[in-house]
Amino acid sequence: MPAQRIKFYQTGSFAVGNRLLDPEQRSVQAGADRANSLTMGHRACQGCGEALGARYVLDAVMRAAGNRAVTVNATGCLEVFSTPYPESSWRVAWLHSLFGNAPAVATGVAAALKAKGRTDVRVVGQGGDGGTVDIGLACLSGMFERNDDVLYVCYDNGGYMNTGVQRSGATPHGAVTTTTPAGNSFGQGKSLPLIAMAHRIPYVATATVADLRDLESKVTKAMEYHGARYLHVLVPCPLGWRTASDETIRIARLATETGIFPVFEAVDGEVTEVTRIRRLRPVVDYLRPQGRFAHLFGETPRDDVIRRIQAEADRTVRVFGLTEPDEVS
Amino acid sequence: MRSQIEGSRAVAETVARCRPEVICAYPISPQTHIVEALSRLVASGELAPCEFVNVESEFAAMSVAIGASATGARAYTATASQGLLYMTEALFNAAGLGLPIVMTVANRAIGAPINIWNDHSDAMSQRDSGWIQLYAESNQEAADLHVQAFRIAEELSLPVMVCMDGFVLTHAVEGVDVPSQEQVDTMLPPYRPRQVLDPDDPMTIGAMVGPDAFTEVRYLAHLRHREALTVIPRVADEFAREFWRSSGGLVRPYGCLGAETVVVALGSVLGTLKDTVDELRAEGLSIGVLGVTTFRPFPSKAVRAALRGARRVVVLERALAVGMGGIVSADVRGSVPEASITTVIAGLGGRPVTKASLRTMLTEAAADRLKPLTFLDLKDDVVERELRRTG
Repeated sequence: MPAQRIKFYQTGSFAVGNRLLDPEQRSVQAGADRANSLTMGHRACQGCGEALGARYVLDAVMRAAGNRAVTVNATGCLEVFSTPYPESSWRVAWLHSLFGNAPAVATGVAAALKAKGRTDVRVVGQGGDGGTVDIGLACLSGMFERNDDVLYVCYDNGGYMNTGVQRSGATPHGAVTTTTPAGNSFGQGKSLPLIAMAHRIPYVATATVADLRDLESKVTKAMEYHGARYLHVLVPCPLGWRTASDETIRIARLATETGIFPVFEAVDGEVTEVTRIRRLRPVVDYLRPQGRFAHLFGETPRDDVIRRIQAEADRTVRVFGLTEPDEVS
Repeated sequence: MRSQIEGSRAVAETVARCRPEVICAYPISPQTHIVEALSRLVASGELAPCEFVNVESEFAAMSVAIGASATGARAYTATASQGLLYMTEALFNAAGLGLPIVMTVANRAIGAPINIWNDHSDAMSQRDSGWIQLYAESNQEAADLHVQAFRIAEELSLPVMVCMDGFVLTHAVEGVDVPSQEQVDTMLPPYRPRQVLDPDDPMTIGAMVGPDAFTEVRYLAHLRHREALTVIPRVADEFAREFWRSSGGLVRPYGCLGAETVVVALGSVLGTLKDTVDELRAEGLSIGVLGVTTFRPFPSKAVRAALRGARRVVVLERALAVGMGGIVSADVRGSVPEASITTVIAGLGGRPVTKASLRTMLTEAAADRLKPLTFLDLKDDVVERELRRTG
């Protein structure tokens, strides 16, 4: 049932169309029978990166799973804006339980399916960064450690946006939130992809909503594996990042082009692919357009903070080899 | 077949015969023997198909059970004390989602101070979680209640907690007739979920409900709970016909008819109470016992019927509402507002409730000399010393 005819015509853009390509090369979203897992009518803000990311992720999951997937959602924006009773934007079997337990609930779903011999149905857990790197971390780590057959997706917008933009463990250094009014003075945000890799799970990947084909292909690849898989998707939040709603894609792209957010894949805990940066940009290009970093460029510029963020980006570029030339095969 | 068996083991074997499809386990005393025994039954293939999930916390245990139950699997877990409190948020959620999970609670005190021994503080703290709570008097009843619990849970689509006193029951070896597979199968048809996560018929479970409908949702949950007051005795009757023994139900009156004084209690202390009351009756005291098997939903009508004619009611509680006194007492008082009710707090943190102490207390009660709130065997010297020391 979930597969449905798309309701609007799309031209062949790089982002969602690809109609001019051969059918097998087209994106999931270009498919005329895409699942449309998260459909119209939800209450997400204009330019919401999470709504965009979730739709692409779940449609790709549904295609890979032959429309047989169950989704478990943590409490958060994605849950709230999609299911105000008596309405729902979900066209997939969808369960919301609590804020901090989505990975464990997904484990329960997977265990039940296994006990029932339903090997055809796949399980996806999803949540925001608060639900994933903070309150849900114990359940997520347990799910990884047991290698339960679940794909867990974190939509990272670097804060508790649903409750009004508070700091989370994934909030980047220097960012203003309503609980870090002078800028986040803590670390640099928990790197859950690295924590996931430390569990030696079969597949870990990062992606952003700036490269939706890459996001789709990583979901497709994740679905080729069984066991615990983790996908970390950077999803700008116009409300919390204080950016224009039409800037979401550009900001996400700047996060990768400045080395702030590395895009890579890891199999069995080892990095296997990184998305190279063709022209590395300074972090100020990423920071300046965002209201949450405006204080760094104010009357008393915080060059010290900017230097620290630049140093961290430099380290990320070096560690992941983001500017090294592609190997010629 | 009747055999000498540890309470935990009897419960584990009974649960296994209820054919759970997903069991989640996290260790905590005094519950651990139950899931240990179940893990062996799953590993040996005696219990199949069944997924045994070793989780990282009780919060995860209940969450795994939620996911499994919502996918249409019969789900079971067991816990106690701090573990029950650690899963509190998920307990309310399971009840709110109407998931028929069955859980054993091996009743144990809550810290601080940390204490691993028996009382009812843990389950009582979850009184309003929306779970049905059944209290076992003996290991036989603990085993039997699990068969009934799955039936009740699945018929009503509500979660059920089977409470059995930690150590006193869980670790006691005594004669138990563990229900046979054939008998259990007669009582317990395969689980037919009311709502299920099915990719072929997708539905949204756990949506956000605002002020426009939340009151109605809660009211309907209340109605469903009250419906349990009909289902629980019916299942107990059916069980009695099938098994030729009486277990479960709402309340269990013992010599209440015409008794001037009736003691109300829950759990394993009922055995000692009945022995004590037998002796006191032989000495001419007009006294009876009312065992409350179903604490949630509270069977007010049944309690009222059993206490009809009693001049005084003593509620023996193994938990304390700090700053107030009794917990069960409040419900009993609401059921028989005209009766004179005294509360006796007894057996906290595993202190034995002895026949000698009960005898003294009940004799005082029959002479109207009991204070409205009495702590059984309170060591006054220790209390006074501490009060002096701390001013």
